[in-house]
Amino acid sequence: MSDGSDATNADGARRVSDSSDDGPVLAADGRPLKQSLQRALRRQKLRALGLIAPLLIFILVTFIAPIADMLFRSVENQIVSDTLPQTVQTLADWDPDSGELPGQEVFRDFYFDLAVAAQRKKHTQLGTRLNYELTGVSSLFRRSGRRIDDIGEVYMDQFEDLNAAWGEEMTWARLMGSEDWLQEQEAWNADAAAADEADRDFDRPLPAFEFGADVRAELPRTAAVFDEFAHYMRTDNQESVMEDEPWEVAYAALYEDLMANPDAAAAFSGENATILSEAADAVPKFQAVDYKAAILETEEGWSDPQVWATIQTFSPDYTTGYFLNAVDLQMTPDGIQAQPRDQQIYVLLFKRTLFMSLMIMGSCVVLGYPIAYLLSNLPLRESNMLMILVLLPFWTSLLVRTSAWKVLLQQQGVINDLLVWLGLVADDSRLVMINNQFGTIVAMTHILLPFMILPLYSVMKTIPPSYVRAAKSLGATNWTAFWRVYFPQSVPGIGAGCILVFILSIGYYITPELVGGTTGTFISNRIAYHISSSLNWGLAAALGSILLAVVLLLYWVYDKIVGIDNVSLG
Amino acid sequence: MSSIDLPSTPKPSLTGFVLPIVAVAGAFFGLVTGSAKDSTLLGLVIGAVVGAALAYALVGYMPNRRLGRWVAIGLFAAIGILVGGFPGAVAGAAIGAVMGWITYWLSTGAYRHNVPIYYTAPQVLWHNSYLFICGLVFFFLIAPILTIMPLSFNAENFFTFTPEMLALDPAGYSLKHYRDFFTNPNWQQAMRNSVQIAPAATFISVSLGTLAAIGLSSEHVPFRRPIMAILISPMIVPLIISAAGMYFFYSRVGLQGTYLGVVLAHAALGIPFVIITVTATLVGFDNSLTRASANMGAGPVRTFFKVQMPLILPGVISGGLFAFITSFDEIVVVLFVGSAGQKTLPWQMFTGLREQISPTILAVASILVVISIALLSTVELLRRRSERLRGMSPG
Repeated sequence: MSDGSDATNADGARRVSDSSDDGPVLAADGRPLKQSLQRALRRQKLRALGLIAPLLIFILVTFIAPIADMLFRSVENQIVSDTLPQTVQTLADWDPDSGELPGQEVFRDFYFDLAVAAQRKKHTQLGTRLNYELTGVSSLFRRSGRRIDDIGEVYMDQFEDLNAAWGEEMTWARLMGSEDWLQEQEAWNADAAAADEADRDFDRPLPAFEFGADVRAELPRTAAVFDEFAHYMRTDNQESVMEDEPWEVAYAALYEDLMANPDAAAAFSGENATILSEAADAVPKFQAVDYKAAILETEEGWSDPQVWATIQTFSPDYTTGYFLNAVDLQMTPDGIQAQPRDQQIYVLLFKRTLFMSLMIMGSCVVLGYPIAYLLSNLPLRESNMLMILVLLPFWTSLLVRTSAWKVLLQQQGVINDLLVWLGLVADDSRLVMINNQFGTIVAMTHILLPFMILPLYSVMKTIPPSYVRAAKSLGATNWTAFWRVYFPQSVPGIGAGCILVFILSIGYYITPELVGGTTGTFISNRIAYHISSSLNWGLAAALGSILLAVVLLLYWVYDKIVGIDNVSLG
Repeated sequence: MSSIDLPSTPKPSLTGFVLPIVAVAGAFFGLVTGSAKDSTLLGLVIGAVVGAALAYALVGYMPNRRLGRWVAIGLFAAIGILVGGFPGAVAGAAIGAVMGWITYWLSTGAYRHNVPIYYTAPQVLWHNSYLFICGLVFFFLIAPILTIMPLSFNAENFFTFTPEMLALDPAGYSLKHYRDFFTNPNWQQAMRNSVQIAPAATFISVSLGTLAAIGLSSEHVPFRRPIMAILISPMIVPLIISAAGMYFFYSRVGLQGTYLGVVLAHAALGIPFVIITVTATLVGFDNSLTRASANMGAGPVRTFFKVQMPLILPGVISGGLFAFITSFDEIVVVLFVGSAGQKTLPWQMFTGLREQISPTILAVASILVVISIALLSTVELLRRRSERLRGMSPG
């Protein structure tokens, strides 16, 4: 019988003797005993869960959510469709194998997307993202972004020549905004001005911009641009759209809308209708812009169909591109291909990480086994004394140990000095023991050795000495007794220690970073590099996800061999 | 006991066993000294001769062990003075101690004390080589940590022993790196940050962790394994991955580069240690105690603080120490989640090591070693106390 329900059981048992022989056994409150027991059990479960819940939620929010976020980032690719929403749609119909540039339509949509993105400074981010896939795209976006406004200016000048009112902020605000918003904003402006005069603090938030009825339906492009503009003014400048005239691209959008829908003015009233119908009558006589030619003029590079093919390939919201990059492949318009030879580094890094982790694991077994054997066969008092020598490094700060190795191994370091003093090494040919694989392996073996010794020790402690004695009494030599009787029993300890050391070492960052130089670094150093220096977060996330998968697989194996519950802290 | 075995141990032969081995040891030390003085062969020969002579003299005329060893120390220290002045004397004394010990260890047959009487010579040789190898591994474990301590007293800004230090000249030593640590605003700021972050993180992990451990150790917990896996996961996932994920996620929610963000991250990392130590303590906890307390009218809260808590306190404290040292030592996560305002001690050491600024790092390292020795002894004492308490608890 389980421990927790004893109280209720005892209670129930007393009832049994009290109650009559037929019918269900009843508990003190008259319920059937079975029900009552179940209720107590449920309450206990809830209590336990209630105790666990705060921590579980804490871990889920502070730890599991970040890991999930990283996994998500490794496939996420929304930046292309977020920055170029219209282009991505029109470009979908283009056939990259035709060898020709996309049509006028794509260029028109691209102009609107890029002009808005350039105003919001998002085009450089997109350029950086696409540059991972096709070198040179980044500068293409950057340079075009600087000159893209020239195209809109053509229309802006023509509108303003037609009616100077187009150059005023209020014309646009009245045309686009709803009545409610206009009133609210006017009131806010008045209050802000009053507060300013009285030298008071004024921190009422700006009213959110709201489109007038039919604006979105009648002038879709203009509304889309103006929406971005309003959002930009509100969040980046903390101003309302009444403070500034819209971007040049809004004029181009209005031109397109009026050409497509000459009767748009009918949906408006008052001043808006007048100014719009005037414009609608005038636009067919405007000088039109050839978007394709204009964009090619901003930057020659757009005439390469490869660029457009790349945008098309990476337009979906989710991509396997980062994972492919992480194993030295790349997604091209022609399918999956190997990276250029000079960029193939990740498979090499993964191999090196595995190789060095295996070396570290091997040296830990070789050094740790004799120590664990000694510790488990000595009398308790002596083994406790020696155990301190194992636990002291275990408890010492990682950076302390790494700095110690740096001091020992460097060319002007203690070991080299000693060798030179002894005359074993000439002063001008001091050994290079740091900033290479050797340094990393030595330092990490030292750092991870306690993690090998402790599980080995705990397994060896449980091997009865009588087995070896029995083997010897039956005529086995020392070696046979050890190899055929003792060693097989210590194998679980070796397995546990090896997996633990291996898992810890493939994810190590600090020590390889400090003593690894260029040839002794791990995949984790590359992850850190992509997070903090190259800012290719997607690739960092993909590399991290692969590493995480390897580690979890190993832990699963560890769990099968040793059991996670048996993790002990020495 | 060895004193009983002793009479039956055959006395090793002087000329066939003790003399040659001590001569070899002497030759080794002679070789070392000789090569440092650019006369390798001479050193080797002199060392062997001196070693053999010492062994002959000690075994033949100095039956008193203690006196004999002091004589050896004095003799070699004198030779050291002649060869290399004061530091030579110190080195000589050390060599003398080793030589004296070897001589008596061999000549009295003490080298066979730990092996069964029937062991053959090769077996004894193997046993002692095994002990020697173990000694080397222990040396490998401890020496790097001990090396940095004297170096932290370096009077120069070098990461290596200066000739003055080797000559044991007081001018070669100074406390200036310690002074730098205690006066330099960078280090002090880092120290302050560490001292502010670690306790806050420890408090969160210990309070939440202890409650959860109590919940986990009750009999009927649904989904115990998956819950346990989630709670232990911060220990399993490599730090660089935790750091990357936290960096992405915390910058999304605006916690990146804040004190709160670092504390939350460190608390998450410390929780597995609290869970493991406290559940381990609770395994031996006798539940009839809480029932007895409830029976006498104590509420759950009172029972927890008056009955359960005092008994599991050692486990909670050592879990807390683990969590504290995790946060105090942690660098990878703080490097990403923190900003310059949250620069902790390990972070400052990391930058210092990268740029090789000054041996102040070694002074800090020595202080940290002393702190970890203190923590290690505390945990050990608590573990013993916990075992004692559990032994005394009824049931």
